Amino acid sequence: MFRLFRGTAIVVFVLTFTSMRVSAQTPPPTVSDDQINAIAEELYCPVCENVPLDVCGTQACEQWRGLIREKLAQGYTKEEIKQYFVDQYGDRVLAAPPAKGFNILVYIVPPLAILAGIYSFYRILITGKKTVEPQQKIAIPSSDQEEFLSLLEEELKNR
Amino acid sequence: MSDQLTDQSGKLKSLHIRPLWGKLLIWFGLVAFLIILGLALLRTQQGGMAIGDVLPNLTLTTFDGQTINNNDLTGKVVVVNFWASWCKPCEQEAAELEEAWRYYQSTEKVVFLGIAYVDTEPEARAYLQKYQISYPNGLDLGTRISDDFRISGVPETYIFDRDHVLQFIQIGPFQSLAQLKAVVDTYLGP
Repeated sequence: MFRLFRGTAIVVFVLTFTSMRVSAQTPPPTVSDDQINAIAEELYCPVCENVPLDVCGTQACEQWRGLIREKLAQGYTKEEIKQYFVDQYGDRVLAAPPAKGFNILVYIVPPLAILAGIYSFYRILITGKKTVEPQQKIAIPSSDQEEFLSLLEEELKNR
Repeated sequence: MSDQLTDQSGKLKSLHIRPLWGKLLIWFGLVAFLIILGLALLRTQQGGMAIGDVLPNLTLTTFDGQTINNNDLTGKVVVVNFWASWCKPCEQEAAELEEAWRYYQSTEKVVFLGIAYVDTEPEARAYLQKYQISYPNGLDLGTRISDDFRISGVPETYIFDRDHVLQFIQIGPFQSLAQLKAVVDTYLGP
């Protein structure tokens, strides 16, 4: 009886600890919300325009985040996941569009506009200085000045 | 480029003149930018497809792996339905669309195409299974098809006659099977 009890106890002990070891060797892949959001914040769902995927509360976006979780668990990298979404839904899902085609204007026009603004501001400053300090004093001939003064006096008398 | 002028006191005065090519370049750049901006604005405000428009060139890869394009639809009434698994109103018409498809399938004069808009594949497949949808369905890869149709949301259904001219647009779900059949019958002919 004791032998039977001892044998059962050994079997239970061995089975318990070996199964624990096995589960410890192959832990289920865990993906944190932070990992998902790090990718989601760089994506936009076309349904919810102007709302980044990490903060969007619609069911469509929830499904997308679920897909990111799935891909991360499968070992996809951030870039691979972003590329997957581009392949599925087009370039417009990216927060920063790729610099090609018309998109290139997004990267060229703002810096050019800023440079043009700085240059214009500089020009205004320079021109302003020049007008404050007259470069040359233009001499008015004294005969003209006398004629002007007499006309002015006459005008004042008539009033 | 600079030029020199003489003022009344006889002193030389320097005059700075911007070169002509510089002015032209600035104006050309501005005009080109405004044209691009205008075209983009026009495109976004173009609105949806209108009755009388022709079926856009489409290539749909179905969940079964088939590829369907315009050549496969020649001489048939085409019913194009945009849907999504996350779209609740789409569920209202899912069963009716399937029933209508089964009704017309044997005639071989009508084609139903389901296009999953901004959807994820596992959820889209689950949706099709839930409503036992058997007509060709596929993901709108790169949102190319929905862009060509200029859809405003889901569900939306476009019905083209046998010459592939758009005859009917349903924004939102069909109210009944009878409504859907009445429209298809109109363009099916004898």
